This record gives sequence, C-alpha cells and structure tokens, in this order.
Amino acid sequence: MLRYAFSRALSLAVSLIVASVVIFAVIEVIPGDPASYMLGLNATPEAVDALRDQLGLNGSLVSRYLSWAGGMLTGDFGLSYTYKVPVADLVAQRLWVSLPLALYALALSTLIAFPVGLIAAARRGTVTDYGIMGATQLGIAVPNFWFAMLLVLVFAVNLRWFSAGGFPGWSDPGAAIKALTLPAVALALPQASILARVMRSALIETLGQDYIRTARAKGLSRRQATTRHALRNAMIPVLTIIGLQFSFLLAGAIIIENVFYLPGLGRLIFQGITQRDLIVVESLVMLLVFAVILVTFLVDLAYAAVDPRLRRRA
Amino acid sequence: MKHLTLAAAMLALTAGMAQAQQDTITLGMVLEPPNLDPTGGAAAAIDEVVYANIFEGLTRFGPDGAVLPALAESWEVSEDGTVYTFHLHDGVKFHDGTDMTAEDVVFTLDRARAEDSTNAQKALFTGITGVAAVDPLTVQITLAEPNGNLPFNMAWGDAVIVAPESIDTAATAPVGTGPFTFTEWVQGDHVTITRNDAYWGAAPALASATFKFISDPNAAFAAMMAGDVDAFPNFPAPETLSQFESDPRFKVIVGSTEGETILAMNNKLAPLDDIRVREAIAHAINRQDIVDGAMFGFGTPIGTHFAPHNPDYVDLTALSAYDPEKSKALMAEVGEIPALRLMLPPPSYARRGGEIIAAQLREVGIETEITNLEWAQWLEQVFGGKDFDLTIISHTEPADINIYARPDYYFQYDNAEFQALIAELGVTSDPARRSELNKQAQEMIAQDYVNAYLFQLAKTGVANAKIEGLWENAPTQANDLTGVRWTE
Amino acid sequence: MRLNAQLWIGAALTAVFLAGAVLSFVWTPHDVTALNIADKLRPASSTYLLGTDHFGRDLLSMLMVGARTSIAVALVAVGIGLGLGVPLGLLAAATRGSLIDEVVMRGNDLIFAFPSLVIAILITAVFGPSALNAILAIGIFNIPVFARVSRGGALSLWTLDWILAARVAGKGRLRISLEHILPNIVNLLIVQGTIQFSLGILAEAALSYVGLGAQPPLPSWGRMLAEAQTMIYTNPALAILPGLAIVAMVLGLNLMGDGLRDLLDPRVRRARA
Repeated sequence: MLRYAFSRALSLAVSLIVASVVIFAVIEVIPGDPASYMLGLNATPEAVDALRDQLGLNGSLVSRYLSWAGGMLTGDFGLSYTYKVPVADLVAQRLWVSLPLALYALALSTLIAFPVGLIAAARRGTVTDYGIMGATQLGIAVPNFWFAMLLVLVFAVNLRWFSAGGFPGWSDPGAAIKALTLPAVALALPQASILARVMRSALIETLGQDYIRTARAKGLSRRQATTRHALRNAMIPVLTIIGLQFSFLLAGAIIIENVFYLPGLGRLIFQGITQRDLIVVESLVMLLVFAVILVTFLVDLAYAAVDPRLRRRA
Repeated sequence: MKHLTLAAAMLALTAGMAQAQQDTITLGMVLEPPNLDPTGGAAAAIDEVVYANIFEGLTRFGPDGAVLPALAESWEVSEDGTVYTFHLHDGVKFHDGTDMTAEDVVFTLDRARAEDSTNAQKALFTGITGVAAVDPLTVQITLAEPNGNLPFNMAWGDAVIVAPESIDTAATAPVGTGPFTFTEWVQGDHVTITRNDAYWGAAPALASATFKFISDPNAAFAAMMAGDVDAFPNFPAPETLSQFESDPRFKVIVGSTEGETILAMNNKLAPLDDIRVREAIAHAINRQDIVDGAMFGFGTPIGTHFAPHNPDYVDLTALSAYDPEKSKALMAEVGEIPALRLMLPPPSYARRGGEIIAAQLREVGIETEITNLEWAQWLEQVFGGKDFDLTIISHTEPADINIYARPDYYFQYDNAEFQALIAELGVTSDPARRSELNKQAQEMIAQDYVNAYLFQLAKTGVANAKIEGLWENAPTQANDLTGVRWTE
Repeated sequence: MRLNAQLWIGAALTAVFLAGAVLSFVWTPHDVTALNIADKLRPASSTYLLGTDHFGRDLLSMLMVGARTSIAVALVAVGIGLGLGVPLGLLAAATRGSLIDEVVMRGNDLIFAFPSLVIAILITAVFGPSALNAILAIGIFNIPVFARVSRGGALSLWTLDWILAARVAGKGRLRISLEHILPNIVNLLIVQGTIQFSLGILAEAALSYVGLGAQPPLPSWGRMLAEAQTMIYTNPALAILPGLAIVAMVLGLNLMGDGLRDLLDPRVRRARA
C-alpha cells in the first residue's frame, strides 16, 4: 500500500511540473501586453516600457518561469499587474465566494439527487422512474448559463425575491447566503441530474447482487435491503462523482459567476485574461489544476485502500 | 397565505433599506479601474471613480465642460503668455491631514512630466519648462511658448494634485483633497468612498457612495431593475432604455459625450491608402441604420471628428451621405480588393455597429472579416501595432481633432497641411481665428475621408427617479458626486 | 419497449436538427447575413415565422444556420477525439504495462486534471476567438475520453481466448488491434461519441455565449443567447428559442446515446431483463 501511495505521489509531482510548464508556455504566447493595457489609449511608448521594467516583464523566459514556480512553492504568487496587490490575497478573497458557492451547489445537488435517485431505483420500471429519468435527461441538457438567465428573469426581476447578482460580503451571513442561492441553484441542477442517475444505477447494480438477494431471502423487505445494505455499497461511485463535481464546481462556475457578477475565482480568471493580468491567470489555473490532481490522487488512494486489486496496476 | 406573509416581509425589508439609503448611493460602472491613481493610468474608469470626488486639480471641468477654478481659486497670465501664476485655496488638507501647498503642486507636475513618468497624458505637460513655488499658496508655471490651453490641460484627471507622502499607495489607497475619502476597494466588485468632513469646499449631500463594477449588460439591467444599483451613468444596454422610460421608478438621462464614434481606417495600408476606397466605404455606410440598430436610436450622426454640441462644429454629413451607387461606381474604378479586416473592441457600439457595417459594405461588394478583440489585444494589435484595416472606436477625449496631426497615430493620416494647421491652432489665442482653424481642420479630414465618421456617442444613463444632481453630459469621464442627492 | 421509445425520440429530435442544418445549406426562409434594421424585433408573423432579432434578421433562419454551426463544431471535435484518442488507447492496450502505456495514461490524467472550460477560454484567448479554435479547445478534451474508453474496451478483449489464439497464430499486435479489437469496440465508441457530441454542443454554446466561439456574421446559438439576453424582458422569444434549441438537441443526442447503449451493450440488456 505504501509503495503504491509513493508511486502515485511521484506521478502527482511529475504531473504538477508538466502542468506548470504547459501553463507558463501557453500564457507566454497570449497576445496583449499588460503594460500597454494598464496605461490605456494615449500612453507613450516610453511610459509603457518604464512600466514593463517595473513589472519585471523584461527578463528572460527561463528566469521568469523559475521565479514564478519557485514563488508558488513558497506561497508567493506574485503581484497582480492590474490591481497591484499580491495574487495570494486576491485568491484568498475570491475563495470566500467560490468555495462556499461550490459547497452550496454541491449540497443542493446532493440533497436533490439522493432522494430522487433512491426513489427512481426503488420504483424501477414504473412511471415514476421513467418520469424521473426523463426529468434528469432534461436537467443534463439545459445549459446552466441559460437556466441562470431564466432564474434571474423569474426570481430577481419579476418576483424580486432575490437580488439579481453581486455579493454583499460575509459581514451579513444571511444576505451572503441569499446572494449565492440563485447561482447555486443554476449550478446544482445539471449536477443533481447527473448524480441522481449515478445513484440510481449504482443502487440497481448493488440490488441485483447476491448478498442483497440473500438479505431479501432472509426476510428483509425491499426497502430494508435498500437502506441497510445497497445504499452503503452504492456510495463508492456516488462519492467519486461528488468529488469530481466539487473540483468542477470550483473551476467551472466561471460563466455563472459572470451572469451573477459574483467576485469569485472563475471571474477572476476571466478578468485576468481580458485585462492581460497574466500572473493572476497562470497562478490561478495552476492552483485549480493542483486541486483537481489532488482530488484524483486522494480518490485513487481511497480506492486502493478499499480494493487491494487496484494496487497491482501501479 | 404563506406567500403573502413572505411578500409582506420582503416589502418591509426593502422599505427599511430604502429608508436607510437616503444619504448613500450605489453607482454602476461597466469597467473596473485597474488602479485608483489617475496620474499613473489612463483608464477612463479611474477618473469615473476619483475625479472631483477624491482628487482635485488646479482647475476642473464643470458639468457643461467649462473650465472652473478648483484648488486654484484664481490665476493670471504674464504679458507674453508664457508664465502662469496660480493662487491656491487656503486651508486645503489632504485626507491624511497634511496641508496641500504649492510644494505639492510642484511635486505633482514635476512627477508627471519627468522622464520615467507613467502618466498616460504626458502631452498635457509638454510645453512646461518649470514649476516653482513662490510661496505656500502661489505657484508659477513657465512655458516654452504661449499656450492658451494650460488651464484646460490642468483640469484633466491626469493633472490632479497628489502629495509626495501618499503617492506610493495611490494605486490602491488614494489620498486626495476632494469631498470624499477612499474607504475600501474589493477587487472585482466595488469601491466605496465616504464623505470627507474636513473638506474645504461645500459639503456634499451624500454620506457615502459605492461604485459597483458590472460589465455584463444583462447583469447591469438586472441589477438596475432589482434595485441593487441606484444609478448607472453610462448604461451599457441601450436596447433596454425604453423599458426604464416606461417605469416610474426610474429616469433615463440622455446627454452628450465627447465621444466621436468612427470607423477608423488604416490610411497607410493598401487598399485603404487609396482615397477612392475610403470614399466608397464612407458612402456605403447608412449612419441612421447604425444609430438605430446598434444604439437603438441614441446618438447623433456626424460627418467629421468634432462634437456636434461644440459651437465650432460644421455639419459635413452630406459629404459622405449614404449613396451605395456612388460606392459601387468608385469600387468599379478601383477594381477587386481583398477582404478587409474589421477589428472590434468590446463595447456594444463597436460589436453591433461592426456587424451592421459589414453587412452594408457587403451590399456594395466590399467584403470584411470580423475579429472581436478584448481591450488588451485591441490596444496592442490595432492601436499599438497598427495591424488592422478597419476598426470602430469612440474617441472620448474632449477636443481631440489634433490626433490627426500625429502621423504615427494608429490610423496613420499624414498630411503636412493639416499638421501646420494644428500647429497654428496651438499658438493661436484669438477666439475668432481659433474657430476658423477648427472649422478648416474638420473640413480637411472630412474631404480626405480619413475615417468614416459615424455618430456622436450619447451618454445614456439610468437612475432611480428620486436621485438628482447627476451629470447629464460627459465633458470628461467623471461621476462628480458633489451635487448628487436623494429627493423626497 | 421503453428502450425503443428512448432511442426513437432521441433519433427523431436529432434528425430534426440535422435536417434543419442540412437544409440551411441550400435554403433558409430569409438571408441570415442581410440586415434589415427597419424590420427589427418583429413578433412572429407569416413573413417571419418566429419573428426577427435586433438587426431584423429572421430568427428561424438564424436557428437553422446556428444548428449547422453547433453540429459542425461538435462533430469535428468528436472527430479529433476519435482520430487521436482511439489509436492512443489501442496502442496503450496492446503494450499494456509498458512505458508507452504509462505515458499515454498519465498524459490522459493530466489533460483530465485541467479545468476544461478555463483551458478552452485560454486557448481561444491565445489564438483568437473563432469556430476553428473552439473546435480545437473542445477536441483536445475529447482525446483522453476516447483513449480511455478504447483502452478499457481493448484490455478486456485482449484477455479473450480467440484473441490469444490469434496471437499464438503469429499475428502482430498491430494487426490484431486493427482486425479484431477495433471492430469489437465500435459499439462502445458509437455510444461514447454520441455523448461527447452532446457535450460538444453544450461546450460550443458556452464558448460562443462568452464570445469565444463562431464569430459574426456566422450565427451560433450561444451568441444568439448572449445577444438576446438584455432583450429577454421585451422580446423573450429571442432568448428563449435558442436556449430551447440547445436543450432539445442535447436531449435528443443523450436519449439516442442511452438508447444505443441499451441496444448495443449486451451486458445492460441482460441487467434489464
């Protein structure tokens, strides 16, 4: 087990290095000079060059990569070109929006998906099951940004129950949670649909297995068999999907954050790209990649702990 | 029943908020300033937050564009016009409590015109050869040659007075002399400013103001409708204004800006170096369609690079009237030309206008290839690299026809006669002669079909009906809040 | 019974959009590139069956050509995934446990680790927004999907007796992969292809919604949504119809994919019985 964990950790490190080189290289090719963007329309070339010097944009490629990657390791992500504040501060600030949003959406998605998946599995083959499966198909097919538009139209503009966007900060937790509600719902719908389907098929699969039949033969009702045995075993694939969805939600909220103008990580990346704040973009993408690779690593380890057969693959 | 109580609670909540909002305001802005130092960046968004609110200059622009005294209560010019003496207001303090004196003016102007200055409008300071503090309240500015425009130049946001003690943090925590002090900036979301109780002038009615950054037109509309934002002075979605007009909760403020919106052409690059091609393009364009289609009726067609509300404006639209047959005839003379690259920056006037122009040009047989660019790319590729054929842009600086005298400016118009004219304008102070020169300049660029002149950008703002005192026009990029108040 | 219904509904929905897209090559009710400002924002009528947009273009014609854009982008992106992913997956399976296998699989993990939408936005920002770059951005993320599916399918085949027999008979790995493995994973690939196709439609819509997909004057559903967004209150049809088109197209493909899986995968069929 230890050997397996070590070999996976090694490949984790290699992945991170490769990823950092790829990201740095891609960012370097992006056209658009941050200095001329910052100075605007009528800036003189001398002013732009002076600023490039100030920003350290005139060094060589390798030295810039090393100072960036080295800084990342020590938690120093550099200074944002546009805002002139440490990138780490910006990220920390934005994380207080993106992380709660991702958790909120995940909670909603799980809360919807569990009972729905359970009912569909229990009523397998009935009209209820078909209805639920049809609804989840629809949920997967709806683009979340369009769903968000419809939510704003109905709940913010017509009913005025929620604000149309923006984030008031955590000083008033009630208002903060309210501001995150519509975005979380928009994000959760497709995720809940996927999760409910996974839940249903995982349950059906375990329900068909021998030990469940044995339990049924021993006299447990179908419901008892489902809740006592099948649910626990069906959790493995369900939890994997939840893990994957979490990292997706953290990075993938980019468009939803734009629709609701939430100051989150996704919007920070988008702003960074349009304002040529490259240091913010490269550091953020790297962080997100790190988060995803880490989640995958942990899921792999958890699997190996459960299922010894997997360790041989390494 | 349950719904009713919920709705009632909501109503009570919003009513309570409205009560508390009497002396605070939330303003919507499309672009977030990259920093808050107007002397270190040219982004209009900086001035829209800080101009007249946090920072003040020796002089300032009034709502009608007139140059008014600000930190300097008066000034006089020497006989030969090369020495200006500014008399500063007594008792003006920076927000950190230090006195604003002649030394700060010297520091500000020396810093702005220094070799390594990152001031984006260095041209404002070019003629200045010396700045000296005569006494704590008197400053003398010496010029290489007479320049009647100095008080006008000193009114720009790029010439506001800053203090050496606080300049290092100006980008993120600006310290000025204005009626509001900087409170906080949550990057990506908002900037808040608070009333400066130690202000030297008349105290503003508002206790605090928040500038909220909403770039998405749809989000801007929703925020306005939901009451998250009280006013949006430059509202980005003209197509929704009719909706606001019909709603008694709001008022729509339509005014003029200094923004000449043009289809800029690369005058040095074939085939646009051929005046017949440029003329053909100008005649292929139906300005009214663009104003209606891209701006939903807001905007005044122009025929040259000059603001129609300026007394010196000459209406030259007839020179480039919509005449597709004439375009076709001109193009038949020129022969086949390759597809022109039409580069469009983000604002909707450019993106929508670009689609309309592409369709109009296609009608006369001129093909275009549209590329949408972000601002940073536009600045680098079009404005800096001059690597384009056509682009659409609004030039919002006041009285900027002199850019046509810069042969290295991005549309690359190089006409010695025009340059001589602008040079003469720079040293002329006789109003009648100035007016005549301005008119000649307008005609010259219109006859050379340098660019296709589309329309004067309208300032279309939306505000809560109970707010008064917002600027109707935009003589400069600013949201002057000194006169803004809630009525009731 | 249900199996057929799902497949048929899905196929029918997909066919409608395919037909609309194909028809748009030769005929649309109106010219989608000609603007007619005087006729802007018209409600549905006998001249304009679904009304007109803010430039006076016919919405139905726009939707038809938009279907063409979406389908083309998603289809080519699937093609990239198939063309590069399947050979890689087969190669990895044939050389199971070797360095090649390891590199291919680690490479896959790496691509999976990148937040796809963020990278797609980066790619289009680097190379400029266009339909072609949207295809590339979406296609890259299809490669590991197909590599994984074909490797997984191939691995289970390699353990079968008759494959081993072919091996003993002296056939090379390459030949076995092409002659025996590939034909037997086609079902898997068709099902996965349908799913990736529908994901591609969604991704294209998201990219063009943020302005990074097909550029004007070429209509695309995502951009139509973005442009109509502020008019949703005054002209709701403009923002609702392109959204419904996306939903219907994706739904059709997903239903068809599920139906095909049920039909083609004997394991699922047994589980259902």
